[in-house]
Amino acid sequence: MDTKNILDIIKKHNKNKVSLISILEEIQGAYTYLPEKALRLLAKETGCSLTDIYGVATFYKTFSLKPKGKHCVSVCLGTACHVRGAQNIVEEFKRELSISPGETTPDNEITLETVNCLGACALGPTVVSDGQYFPHVSKSSVKEIITRTKGGGRSIAAEADIRIFPLQVSCPLCGKSLMDHDYIINGHPSVKFNVSMNGKKVWLRMSCLYGKHTVELENQLPPNELSRFHCPHCHNEFPSFSTCPECGASMAALFVREKCSWEVCMRQGCQGHILNLDQINLHKKSDKGKNK
Amino acid sequence: MINLTINGLPVSVEKGTTILDAAKFYGFPIPTLCHKEGLSPYGACRLCVVEIGEGSAAKLVSSCTYPVEDGLKVRTASERVLKARRIIIELLLASCPQSKTIQDIASRHNVRQQRFRQEYEDCILCGLCVRMCKEQMMAGAIGFRGRGQNRSIGTPFDIKSEVCRLCGGCIEVCPACQTRCTYTEPGKAICGGCANLAPPCIEKEQFHDMMCYMSPCVACEIKKA
Ligand code: SF4
Ligand code: SF4
Ligand code: SF4
Ligand code: FES
Ligand code: FES
Repeated sequence: MDTKNILDIIKKHNKNKVSLISILEEIQGAYTYLPEKALRLLAKETGCSLTDIYGVATFYKTFSLKPKGKHCVSVCLGTACHVRGAQNIVEEFKRELSISPGETTPDNEITLETVNCLGACALGPTVVSDGQYFPHVSKSSVKEIITRTKGGGRSIAAEADIRIFPLQVSCPLCGKSLMDHDYIINGHPSVKFNVSMNGKKVWLRMSCLYGKHTVELENQLPPNELSRFHCPHCHNEFPSFSTCPECGASMAALFVREKCSWEVCMRQGCQGHILNLDQINLHKKSDKGKNK
Repeated sequence: MINLTINGLPVSVEKGTTILDAAKFYGFPIPTLCHKEGLSPYGACRLCVVEIGEGSAAKLVSSCTYPVEDGLKVRTASERVLKARRIIIELLLASCPQSKTIQDIASRHNVRQQRFRQEYEDCILCGLCVRMCKEQMMAGAIGFRGRGQNRSIGTPFDIKSEVCRLCGGCIEVCPACQTRCTYTEPGKAICGGCANLAPPCIEKEQFHDMMCYMSPCVACEIKKA
């Protein structure tokens, strides 16, 4: 456990015990669970008693005091799934993984959980593995779900498992890295570039976790206004290829491993973003940028 | 001052007073269990229910947590209150029949039996110990953990607390563990603390501001003598 990282999280919330739940969420996001050391540190920093913090951490089901595995499989035991035999599915998972719900396999691969309704009752019995829904699960498909889960899954939703989506981002024009290894957001180096609006220029740091939307600004900019994104190294404006699926504004393209583009909406406050795997198009544009 | 009526008697009390305190001041008894002077009101046991409002708007509230309002009409012993109180006592008996405190309350209210499934809990989650530890002993060593069926009282991570002063305040106020001391039958004794002539608090020299709550202990005095 990295003390500095936890201190950063606590500092970000001004060491304020009012933000206790947000802080706990962030720690859990970074470590998959709440380490005892982190809670003790939190008590010391915020002045909130360890007893109270522990009470909150054990009250909410989202918080876990035990490390979770790399992958999380949740079997629905809600009414609709239950009457379709979800209990048998749980039994099958227990048998295949040799663990009970709430536990993690000894190799730290899979955490098995049961939930009460995933909101997809018509698809029951439903199983969700790292954000991917498996409908009409039968006992015989349990093995396959486990195999696919361990393999990382094929169409895993971006937000589902933050640990598989830290991106390495660089400027599409000068190719220099935009990663700031000294400034951690959500437990990973942040992505840093400059934003300008009406002649005002500030830095922006965002989480490199795809789907996380954690953004920090040097100074507050008016919300819902369009801004422009610049590279901090070559000072050029990032190219734009698409419009935002959320609000229609133009999006700035950043490079991910010199192959794909991560496009981020330039409207302040909008969370629209796309991961574009179409590379050719981008290479052309980037060449143009380099020739400039 | 706030003007209200309690059982038909017009009274006036200071703003911020609870119904319980107002009723006590004017001599209307209301039984309590999780309420203790010097500790903040918590409203866990509901034994102190009273009825407020009139007609269809009448409702039951816990008087220990309800601040008085202008024009409030409080009934501390209406039919409905007495009935609710008896049910609450039965529920308390159902979870913790061995508690002397609860037995006394039951007998005072003429409750002779309870009709629920019998359990033998160690704790009724009244929160007295938690508040005692935090508000009077300034320790905050114990607290509530978990939720619903799994709610319990204890230290974080279930390990010996570094901030506990070993003052015994939590045991002193607990309505559920009062009958647990069986020192007259040493075989069954849980702690034997009262007969311990070298009590741990004496070794705990780091507590310059040691607070002692165990009125019958006086072991430290014996040692001095
Ligand atoms: S003995 Fe005193 S300090 Fe320790 S838990 Fe009980 S009330 Fe708190
Ligand atoms: S241990 Fe005793 S004082 Fe503490 S909550 Fe339980 S019953 Fe109340
Ligand atoms: S009376 Fe003395 S020995 Fe007993 S608890 Fe208090 S300080 Fe400790
Ligand atoms: S009951 Fe399983 S998804 Fe609703
Ligand atoms: S004394 Fe009021 S709820 Fe317990």
